[in-house]
Parts: sequence; C-alpha cells; structure tokens
Amino acid sequence: MNIMRLVRRLAVLAFLAPAVAFAAGGHVALDSAPIDQHDVASLQRGARNFVSYCLNCHSAQYMRYNRLADLGLTDQQIKDNLMFASDKVGDPMTIAMRAKDAKTWFGAQPPDLSVIARSRGADWLYTYLRSYYRDESRPTGWNNVVFPGVGMPHVLWELQGQQDLEVEKHEGAEAAHGGHAAEKLVLAEPGKLTPKQYDAFVADLVNYLVYMGEPARLQRVQIGILTLLFLGVLFVFAYLLKKEYWKDVH
Amino acid sequence: MSKIAALTQWIDDRFPMTSNWKAHLTEYYAPKNFNFWYYFGSLALLVLVIQILSGIFLTMHYKPDASQAFASVEYIMRDVPSGWLVRYIHSTGASMFFVVVYLHMMRGLLYGSFRKPRELVWIFGMLIYLCLMAEAFFGYLLPWGQMSYWGAQVIVNLFSAVPFVGEDLSVWIRGDYVVSDATLNRFFAFHVIAIPLVLLGLVAAHILALHEVGSNNPDGIEIKKKKDPKTGIPLDGIAFHPYYTVKDIVGVVVFLMVFSVIIFFMPEVGGYFLEYNNFIPADPLKTPPHIAPVWYFTPYYAMLRAVPAMLGSQFPGVIVMGLGVMVFFLLPWLDRGKVKSIRYRGPKYKIWLTLFVISFVILAWLGMNPTDFLGKFPGSTLEMATFLARVFTVIYFAFFVLMPWYTATDKEKPEPERVTG
Repeated sequence: MNIMRLVRRLAVLAFLAPAVAFAAGGHVALDSAPIDQHDVASLQRGARNFVSYCLNCHSAQYMRYNRLADLGLTDQQIKDNLMFASDKVGDPMTIAMRAKDAKTWFGAQPPDLSVIARSRGADWLYTYLRSYYRDESRPTGWNNVVFPGVGMPHVLWELQGQQDLEVEKHEGAEAAHGGHAAEKLVLAEPGKLTPKQYDAFVADLVNYLVYMGEPARLQRVQIGILTLLFLGVLFVFAYLLKKEYWKDVH
Repeated sequence: MSKIAALTQWIDDRFPMTSNWKAHLTEYYAPKNFNFWYYFGSLALLVLVIQILSGIFLTMHYKPDASQAFASVEYIMRDVPSGWLVRYIHSTGASMFFVVVYLHMMRGLLYGSFRKPRELVWIFGMLIYLCLMAEAFFGYLLPWGQMSYWGAQVIVNLFSAVPFVGEDLSVWIRGDYVVSDATLNRFFAFHVIAIPLVLLGLVAAHILALHEVGSNNPDGIEIKKKKDPKTGIPLDGIAFHPYYTVKDIVGVVVFLMVFSVIIFFMPEVGGYFLEYNNFIPADPLKTPPHIAPVWYFTPYYAMLRAVPAMLGSQFPGVIVMGLGVMVFFLLPWLDRGKVKSIRYRGPKYKIWLTLFVISFVILAWLGMNPTDFLGKFPGSTLEMATFLARVFTVIYFAFFVLMPWYTATDKEKPEPERVTG
C-alpha cells in the first residue's frame, strides 16, 4: 500500500467517530440511536431537518403540520419556518411530486415517511443515514451498507461528506470466501459538518421521525402512569372487598 | 310492597328476570376451591366485551377500502380523539384474547374439565376457539399493511391446495384472483358482524352448558355428589355471586394492569402484537422476504411448514395443520383416566402433558421464524428448524393419539371425597 494513502486513511479513521464496522454479507450491526423523545429542542431541529431535506421527495401524508404544536411550536412559527410545500397549517405533509414521475425518476416511488420509524426502527434509520458510500457501479453513484442497492442517492452528502467502503482482508484464504473480510466505511471527503455534528444532525432527524411515527406516544405514557396508579388503588379496594366477603367461606 | 319490589314483580310476571339471576348468579353454586387458573374464563368474557366495545368505535372511523384502509388506521391513530387508545386497546385485546383462552384451555387439560359430564362445555369452547381464530384472521387484514396482506394471501392460498376444487375455492373466498379490495370488504363483513354473532351465541351456549352441569374444580371431583340434605346445596359449593364476582373483580383489576402496561408502554410488544412490517402499506407487487403470522397462529404455521409436500401438493401440510386444531375436540373421548385432576393423575399423563406444552411453545417459536434460521445439518439439505418442527409436531399429536393407552394404564392416586381447598 502506498504510504501516503495509508497515512491519509489513518487520519480519516481517527476523524471518524464512531466508525461503522460490520461483517461482509451478514446482518449489519446497527448503532443505537441516541434519541430522546423528551428533548423538545432536538425534535424541533429534527422537524426542520425533515422538512428541508426529506419532504421534497418523501411525503408524510398522515402528519399534519399543526400537529407540530406538540413540539411547542405555534401555528405562526410552523408557517414561517417549516411550511414550504403548502400554505394551510392544517394540511398534511404531502409533496408536489407525482407518484408516476417519481417512479420514472427513481425507479420506485420514495416511500411515505409518516410511519417509517415504526416499520424500520430508530436504530436502523440512524445507522442507514450514516452508512452511504460512493459506488460507481450504481446509477446514482451511491450505495449503502445497511440497504444494499438502495434507490435513494445520498441526499445529505454535502453535510456528511463522501464515504468509501474499504475492505480489509485478513486471515488470508478465509477472507476470500467472504467469511472474515472486515469492511469499514471511511470518510474520503469531509463534508460541511464534522462526523460528530453529522451524527447529531441524523440523531435529531431520527428523533423527529420516531415522534412523527406516533405523535401520541408522550401522551400515551402519561395517561398510562395515571391509569396504573388508579388501578393500583382500585386493586386495594377490590382485594379488601374480596377478603371481607370470603370471611364466611371455610 | 316497595316500589322496587313491585316493579320486580311486574317484570317477573312477564320475563324470567329473578329466576335467571338466581339460576346463574346468586344460586349457582361453584366449588369453593378455585385457584389461579380459574380466573381466565371470566377474563375471556371481559376481553370479548372490550373487543366489541373498542371495535364499535374503530368501525366508526375505519374505511374498508383498499385505497383508504391503511390511511384510515393512521387517521384513527392521529386525528381521532383518543383514537390511538381505542386502536391499541383493540390490537392488544386481540393478542390478550388468545393469551387468556390458551390459559383457559390449559386449565381444562390440568384439571380434566373436558371430561364427562362436560363434553359439550368443551365442544362449545372449542367452537369458540375456532371462531376466535377466524375473527383474528379476518381482522388482521383490515389495517392493510404488508403483513396483513401477505398473511391473508398465504392463508387463503392454503385452500388452493385442496385437490380438484382448490383453485376455484380460493378465488371464491377472495372474490378475486389475488387478495384485493373485494377481499378486504368481505373480511370486514365477517370480522364485524358474521363471526361476532356466532361467537356471542357460542359463548351463551358455553355458559349455559356449564351452568347445567356445574363447574369442575382443581380436585376434579363432582361437588354435586355431596349435598346438604336440608337445602340441597352442594357442601363444597358457594354462590357464584357474591363470592366469585368479588374474587373475579380482583382478577379483572390485575389483568387490566397488565393490559394497561402493554397499551401504554409497549403496544407493539417487540413486534409480537403489532408486527413492524405491518406499518408498511400493503403492496401486492412486493412480497416480504419473511411472512410470519401473529404469534397465536405460529404453532400451527410451524406444523404446516413441517410436513413435506407430497405429489407436488401442500395439501398434507394443510390437513396436519387443521388436525392440530381439530384434535382438541376429541379429548373427552381420548382420556381413559379414572381421575380428572392433575393432582391425582399418574406420572404418564404428567409427562405427556409436559411434553405437549413444550411442543406447543417450541412450535410457536419455530413458526415465528424463517425455516432456515437455525441453519442446516452439516452435509445435508435438511434444515434444522424443519427437523425440529417435525419432531415436535409428532410429539404434539402423540399426546392425543396415545392418550387412550397412557391414561388407562397410568398409576393414579385416589380422589378425595371432598375438595381439598
């Protein structure tokens, strides 16, 4: 290996934190998404990231803009900062692109993202959005280790930079069978954000996607605690009632 | 005469209100030694009511239309006030119905509740179980997600394995060549009216038959054999109301706590109650790589896959799967033991019952996974999971088929004269 390339690669490796490592062929180990549904600031940033970067090709047709009031936003704030595609705050997050055109352009219609976090899971999304790499064999020039042959190009490449997939061969013969070849994503060209900033950007976005998948979640947990407290008290009375009646049973 | 008493009398002259109240509640004498296993009957009734009530509210907002069904469920989850709660109650109720019914059936196996004179109680119960499976199957298509769609596709295709008429039969069931809008509409009709009607009738028959013969108990002895000579009330019997109503209320509260933990904190139960892939809208052109039914069907699904195709037909597997359910009907006539309860049974029944429960659980686990998930035997094309499914399918059926012999020759203990508490 060329010495300069080695040095460059080591430098990039040190830069890349946390590195995405996985075994060839098998399931990709997913990184745990560092998200917090109670972090309103993160959710608001995530909503902004979502409408700026995703909501051009992907719709979220079951989500209404004014539902974002959940995140502490007023109708006016939503209108001013988040609404590019429609003008009524009660509208769902639809897009102007027609399904038929989308199919022609991308080969498949970009899926609606309303409940994507419920089908894919936060960890998958978090890892997926950080696992794009350059691949000249693909029509878009991009591939993804979590979703091989993905139709979507790396929309966030300007932020993340460009990654390459490097295959480290060790254990000689076995690696040739695809058994122990370790593959690593390395950042070849840095983007506008540092890897740490980019991870935080994706975490906010995923946090928002999880919220959007089930906006009632926080409310659900709150009501759940009250319900269990009520049932706990009811249990005491039910148990005492039973005990009182069963005194006569011998 | 007070006004209440006068009104009661007025009704009783025209309708058997007081007499039924007495016959089924205040003067229905149940054995006093019911244990933990005896909560699940009343809990099944509770879940039935929960499902009907939550179902009514879902029906008000749901659209049984292939182009709107998925969206209408999300509309319920987001825009209908408390819609998410009603939906989670219904989806959790579906799984919990099977949890309590499986435990209720297990109680029958433990204490011989299916034995003479309760054969009809058992048969009505089994018919309820069949209806419940149909109800769950039809209902599962309604959210119109990928698992809804492909699950229905797989199950309806089973009918096409029937020799000669199979293809026509499956088209007749679907109303189309693939699962489609026509299928969704008829499944909706079955789910919201046809099956629930039958279910309610069967539940009434189940309870009427039970109250005719009286409840079994953990000792498996008939309390009606020892009655108070003066009152004619069984010595070990206590009035269902108030004793068992107040006891069942405790069970209901504990059950509702479990139910609430699921609804409010883990409605998907790790993908077992609500499958992750069902949040992807149904796509007739994209078959998911792995189609698994919901957990309560997986033991039978594992049996279906365990049976190899014969003469290029999957029909034998379908037959085995069907028999796996139907064989329960025969239990009252397969059991030749003298005692009913596990407490007085000999070692043979205990061992076989244990093997049966293990088989059921392992088959359920196998049915949730793809057949290649455990890999293959070295140097063979036989999949490990398929092999295991075959072994446990054989044990499952052996429990029933060999029952007349191992129960007749088992070393049983004598039953007590009176219940032992």
